[in-house]
Amino acid sequence: MPDSVKLTIDGHEVQAAPGTLVIDAAKQAGIEIPAFCYYEGLTLQAACRMCLVEVEKMPKLQAACTLPVAEGMIVRTETSQVATARKYTLEFLLTNHPLDCPVCDKGGECELQDMVFRYGAGESRFTEIKIHTPEKQYSPVVYFDAPRCILCFRCVRICNEGMGVGALGVINRGAVSEIAPNVGDHLECDECGACVDICPVGALTSGAYRYQTRPWEMTHVGTICTHCADGCKTTLGTRNDRILRGNNRDHSGINGEFLCVKGRYAYDFYDHPDRLQAPLVRVNRKLEETSWAQALETVAKKFNETLAGGGSFGVIGSNHTTNEENFYLQKFAREVLGTNHIDHHRTGDVVTLLDALSGQQDKLATVADLYQRKAILVVGADLAIEHPLLSYQIRANYRHHQARIYVVTPGPVREDNYAAASVRGHEYESLREKLKVEPELVILFDDSVKGDGVRKLVDFGESLGIPVKYICLVDYSNSRGAVDMGLTPELLPGYHPAGQPGMHAQEMLAADLNVLWVVGSNPLKAGASRKAGFLLVQDMFLTETAQQADVVLPAACAYEKIGTVTNVTGEVQRLKRGVNTMGAKPDLEIMGFIAREMGVAAKLGPWAPEIVFEEIRKTVRGYQIPLPVIATGGAAQTMPVNGRIPVEVPSGLVRSDHNGLFDSGTLGRYSKVLNSVIESRLSR
Amino acid sequence: MIPMLLYAQDEVGHVSDELIEEIARRVGVTPLQVNEVLTYYSMLHRKPLGKYHVQICTNISCLLWDADKLWEQACHKLGIGHKEATGDGQISLEEVECIGACSWAPAVQVNYDFHHFVTSEKLDQLLDGLRKKQ
Amino acid sequence: MLYNEPSPLETRVLSRRFGMPNSASIDTYLATDGYKAFLKARGMKPEEIIEEVKISNLRGRGGAGFPTGMKWSFVPRNSPKPKYIVVNADESEPGTCKDRLLMEYDPHQLIEGVLIAALSVDAHAGWIYIRGEYRYLIEIMDKALNEAYHKGWLGKNIQGTGFDFDLYTHSGAGAYECGEESALLESLEGKRGIPRIRPPFPAVVGAFQCPTILNNVETYCAVPAIIRDGGKAFADLGVPKAGGTKLTCLTGHVNKPGVYELTLGFPVMKMINEVGGGVRNGKKLKAFIPGGSSCPILTGEECQDATMDYDSMAARKSMLGSGGVVVMDEDTCMVKAALRIMRFYAHESCGWCIPCREGTTWLRKILTRFHEGQGTRSDIDLIGDLSKNMLGRTFCPLGDAAALPTISIVEKFRQEFEDHLNGRPCPFEHAGHMVTV
Repeated sequence: MPDSVKLTIDGHEVQAAPGTLVIDAAKQAGIEIPAFCYYEGLTLQAACRMCLVEVEKMPKLQAACTLPVAEGMIVRTETSQVATARKYTLEFLLTNHPLDCPVCDKGGECELQDMVFRYGAGESRFTEIKIHTPEKQYSPVVYFDAPRCILCFRCVRICNEGMGVGALGVINRGAVSEIAPNVGDHLECDECGACVDICPVGALTSGAYRYQTRPWEMTHVGTICTHCADGCKTTLGTRNDRILRGNNRDHSGINGEFLCVKGRYAYDFYDHPDRLQAPLVRVNRKLEETSWAQALETVAKKFNETLAGGGSFGVIGSNHTTNEENFYLQKFAREVLGTNHIDHHRTGDVVTLLDALSGQQDKLATVADLYQRKAILVVGADLAIEHPLLSYQIRANYRHHQARIYVVTPGPVREDNYAAASVRGHEYESLREKLKVEPELVILFDDSVKGDGVRKLVDFGESLGIPVKYICLVDYSNSRGAVDMGLTPELLPGYHPAGQPGMHAQEMLAADLNVLWVVGSNPLKAGASRKAGFLLVQDMFLTETAQQADVVLPAACAYEKIGTVTNVTGEVQRLKRGVNTMGAKPDLEIMGFIAREMGVAAKLGPWAPEIVFEEIRKTVRGYQIPLPVIATGGAAQTMPVNGRIPVEVPSGLVRSDHNGLFDSGTLGRYSKVLNSVIESRLSR
Repeated sequence: MIPMLLYAQDEVGHVSDELIEEIARRVGVTPLQVNEVLTYYSMLHRKPLGKYHVQICTNISCLLWDADKLWEQACHKLGIGHKEATGDGQISLEEVECIGACSWAPAVQVNYDFHHFVTSEKLDQLLDGLRKKQ
Repeated sequence: MLYNEPSPLETRVLSRRFGMPNSASIDTYLATDGYKAFLKARGMKPEEIIEEVKISNLRGRGGAGFPTGMKWSFVPRNSPKPKYIVVNADESEPGTCKDRLLMEYDPHQLIEGVLIAALSVDAHAGWIYIRGEYRYLIEIMDKALNEAYHKGWLGKNIQGTGFDFDLYTHSGAGAYECGEESALLESLEGKRGIPRIRPPFPAVVGAFQCPTILNNVETYCAVPAIIRDGGKAFADLGVPKAGGTKLTCLTGHVNKPGVYELTLGFPVMKMINEVGGGVRNGKKLKAFIPGGSSCPILTGEECQDATMDYDSMAARKSMLGSGGVVVMDEDTCMVKAALRIMRFYAHESCGWCIPCREGTTWLRKILTRFHEGQGTRSDIDLIGDLSKNMLGRTFCPLGDAAALPTISIVEKFRQEFEDHLNGRPCPFEHAGHMVTV
């Protein structure tokens, strides 16, 4: 087979790989062939007939979406015959369409509107009665308006092929064909909203977004989802400091168009009525609102007094604050407060993996690797539920590249449906013979593999004799970054030994510290009483921990600040500020203000995120990543740690929360949409 | 799956929710997939029909032998319309597309039995017979 | 009992056992040269079988008329996948009722035809996809299959020849679209009858992703005679580019409607007047559909020197089609005919592609309104124009099947549309009006 074939499209000579579809070859040449049903990455339909083109020596118009290129083929996309076909196909399409654009959520970004504007006729000859059926609600977040539906079957395919769920289908036939949900009159699915996102018209609309705004009134901010560790890019549609929509409309970022229910809908925790908007200080055993100046003064005074008196400090950091905040916090703890009592909730044994792999290049898989590598081994995790993006990537890899998927999990998982082999339990050794003959492999493991388990797994991978890459699964949006930035008693940023190790989180909670400083974490969630003499908490909500605090400082959420986060695969991405919440401040700024109030700011340097990130790039092993990639909204993977990690880090503290699609720690609790979805699932 | 649905419908009278569940289980697909398939085929019904389902073809070859008049006659006589059943559930009516009896038009099918060269009188007798038939 | 008296003008090759006592039984079949062609074919090389079918000039009898031998030769015989034989017994084209008789009266002829096709591509399993309405035929076919298994003409090591073949019946459940070959395969696999994207054609990727021969009942039924008596003998029965006979279903306004086996090239007027006993009540012939409602309609005048074969019909911009001949006399309302035909296609459109789904529905609505006297002059052109906008642009031939007769009726019988204008009732309607669903 030749490497490429030459064809002519509208007089332009075009080169394309054999098997390329004419519609794609034209796109490469900058020629748009309109289509509704054709969607890159999904199965071909040839249903909408919008892409009909003239091909020399073929008597009829041909569907460019199913026609592969051929040597010497001459294609014309703008002839009068093609234009007529497009015009009348659109005329047909509009016969049963309600044309209710003025009240349709999609108005302004509707592919049907755009097509009719560009290719359609100015008027319709249709004077009959339209078929009408009432709108239906399929779930709290999915509404379906059948008359608007053009039956392109994108939703059916994205749900079935993309998500592996298959919750949407087509019922009836002919003009009364209709998209239908999987259980009676409603959907039982991941509630990811991919069907809504992919709908070219306003047939499927979002329960969270409908009738909120006209799309052109919104500002679109591309940032990183703050729920799980997968690090999906999400585009927040904002208006007047309110987030009205989450999607990934430009398909940029490591997730392409993918978002799960949390990424798409659960942004709304940010304006929950319980959100803290003023600092709280304990007065007469009660937390009372106060000014920032007052609160900062109280904290600085306490910190300085404790320092002066040789008192003890403990610091518990967060899994979802930015790298800059984590870096600054550990620097604050170590250089100002003089303590190694700093920790966070560790959700995966990253440290042991990096140690086991040390000295070897190219060992950490990226999200893209899960789509490209020929074989994948999943150990422990129910990926579709806990790491929906990673699961989505693996599914796409299976569909597009026939990747072999191997699963070793305690219970059944979605990956079983297309796995080359599924093993129940924890023993992956039985797969050795099968894996040995694979050309390459990516191994993912969760917190069921830690300490020596990680070393054993890496030994297993390295003994296969094939290139193997690894992913240590962690929970939250910056779990990986927290370890990288030295939020552990043993390690400094970049996994350098911290000297005499300090206390772990649990030890700090049990110890009679003079001051305990908790940033973006809720260690007293289970109801234990605080022991520390003074408790400072920075958080968005009055968590169980904050309720016991002496001072609570209201923190901004990820959608209200800038900075970087490092996802589960070690890819660094930048947050962009979408909205502001009155009264709350980014944690970095809060820490900076505390430092200033204490008079130690000069020691820590400026608390501007860009400047702190520059310091991270210069000083933290693995973070010498290209700035342009990050700055332009891309993801850059951190380098592997070169050399062993010379400190024993107890792996017993590693514990994943195994959050599913519908829970996400504290944030999820405050999302109205997520709760409505949960309630609707429970009510069935 | 399609013969399974049809034969099951013959036993149960219509494709019930329970039937969908059972067929989905046996074939190893989701109930939605069964529903997609069954709603496509015109012989499969989600609602109960009469014990005797009278299908009158009015397609072109039968129409030329005044099948549309037969259809109206049947509707009038039974007081029911397309895909409706008599109150006692004895007879239901459906105006159907070509049933492959074109050379012996007009044709009527009662359940699976063909009746050819149907005249107005023959239709009357047929319907009367069905009303009484056990 | 036969449904209609045979005509002396018939050339009974496929229908030669029709009317024999117990014609469907294997004993009758074996007593009348049955399964001899299979044994002969077993002694031939696969390519020789295909060559013989090519010589016979047999063309697909389902309606499209694709040369059968060529279709079989497209099956990649060296493919490692199993090959399958599928029989299209989803006879649904309005006006067509011939496959019914072939299965009812001579099911073993079909089985033998399938077996020979299987030999030609080394297939070992097949299905007969029978429309759901033909339940009694499924019972007849199942009985015949049982007999064949019992007597060693199906199953393992057929008649000691070392050839294995299993054949099953499969019921449809009411869908014209499943007569389209790729939609039939989808249906066979338990799915909605939505056609597949082609290429690949079923010969390469057919049932269950395997190479498949898929033909109409009548096509397979012609094969035993072709092998038994030679392809040339069959070809000589017809006209140069189309061999053999065709089961023709005379329907509509003739005195003796019925299914008759006529040689290809049989004159149309002779068929109507002599085989069919003339137009009913001595009326004049107004219009004529040669082979099912998908064919462009011919006027009485156009029929005068036409013959029943592919070329003669193509020369008149129509098609031989499936053999479903519809004769319409001078009292027929052509608007009503166009409406009834469009209603059918709108009902049967699978809904997959836009032009067919929306076009057939729209046209049905206009024609309904028109027939009720609510049409406007611009509607007449609109009907023709919309049909032309479906033609050649739909996903499968159903759109064309709806468009072609409509275009021809509007063109050839425009005056009748004019006569319905301005609130005038249908000039042919004596009482009542068209019932619409």
